[in-house]
Amino acid sequence: MAAQAGSDVASLVSRNETTILPEWVELQKQAGTLHTGRITEAELLSQSRNFLHLLHEALAQGGTDTASAAYEPAKAMLSELSRNRALQGFSPSETATFIFSLKRPLFNALNRDKTLSAEQISSTVWSLTVLLDELGLLTLEIFQKSREEVIVRQQREIAELSTPVVKLWEGILALPLIGTLDSQRTQVVMENLLQTIVDDEAEIAIIDITGVPTVDTLTAQHLLKTVAAARLMGADCLISGIRPQIAQTMVHLGVELNVISKASLADAFAVALRQTGRTIVKAKRVEGYTFADKKSGGQDA
Amino acid sequence: MDRIPILKFGSALLVTIQVDMHDRLATALEEDLTARIVSNNARGVLIDISALEVVDSFIGRMLDNIAAVSRILDADTVVVGMRPAVAITLVELGLSLTGVKTALNVERGMAMIHDRLAGSETDDADDED
Repeated sequence: MAAQAGSDVASLVSRNETTILPEWVELQKQAGTLHTGRITEAELLSQSRNFLHLLHEALAQGGTDTASAAYEPAKAMLSELSRNRALQGFSPSETATFIFSLKRPLFNALNRDKTLSAEQISSTVWSLTVLLDELGLLTLEIFQKSREEVIVRQQREIAELSTPVVKLWEGILALPLIGTLDSQRTQVVMENLLQTIVDDEAEIAIIDITGVPTVDTLTAQHLLKTVAAARLMGADCLISGIRPQIAQTMVHLGVELNVISKASLADAFAVALRQTGRTIVKAKRVEGYTFADKKSGGQDA
Repeated sequence: MDRIPILKFGSALLVTIQVDMHDRLATALEEDLTARIVSNNARGVLIDISALEVVDSFIGRMLDNIAAVSRILDADTVVVGMRPAVAITLVELGLSLTGVKTALNVERGMAMIHDRLAGSETDDADDED
């Protein structure tokens, strides 16, 4: 019976292809596919015509069984379409409308067809519904997948962007952390830091957490892990940039860092310089020698 | 059985681990080193593990033990040249080797031991740091 219904659907589509297409495109336009201005009417028309053509071929060869090989081209086209729409910023329902709005033109065609018996009509309606639902679900699935791909890519980019290791001075590194520290990011941060310690032969690393929005017990643990790993490599760690609210939260939570911590990166840098045996000295100004004098002196000479 | 050579370097002992450590080798090293600290009257022990790609919890504990033993015998232990991957693994294992001093390379490790020796020679009372 399924095969019978399949050939019924196929013949229905082939007989009415010319009327289904404009009706379908019209419905998509009514649903607002063009309103966002992301695709042109010509594109929509060609997409619809191509898909209808592929669907027709698939129906003729494989019946209504979407798992059959005959549906591969139609599915591939549909996947491509929903992926593109996902990337163009269409909403899920806008994307799914492409398939679901095909229902009405098909049912209209079925109504106009006087050659079919009531039984044939009902079975055709059922197989059509199942077919379109399956294709609609496929559309949504691909849509979802493409969006997730975008999210994963962005996450990776954020992770790369937000964990730079900066060299402040010979042997002194700074690690300005921005954003929440989860275990995955801690791993990236740790690897970056340790590799830079080796490459730059650093003695001291300053971890600046000004950009970390909250420090809970877990974040503190991640920080301590990083500090411990750096220590194993022979580098000392300082923590800087703990904001007042965060300091309070940490005390409330009973989080202890057990490392030298300073309020600002500048303070930590001063400590680091001292520990590596350096001091910052204000340049001594020669009596009566200012920038203006130097200038005029230069002209005199 | 293989043994890891222990080199005398002034008043310090230098151990360079260049082969994969297995447990028996580690135990042997621990014993040899203890004996050499006493016989050479060493004040510092430098363990270079830059060639070690894998450090498991046993080796980690061995390093901790060596440090504890040599501290009792009044020698400083400095572990140098740990690879980033090894450091991460040890931290993940919960072994942060708090009793062991660390340095990036042999040069810095030696400097640490020399600093300590110089400090204790000039002023024994000023040993705390």
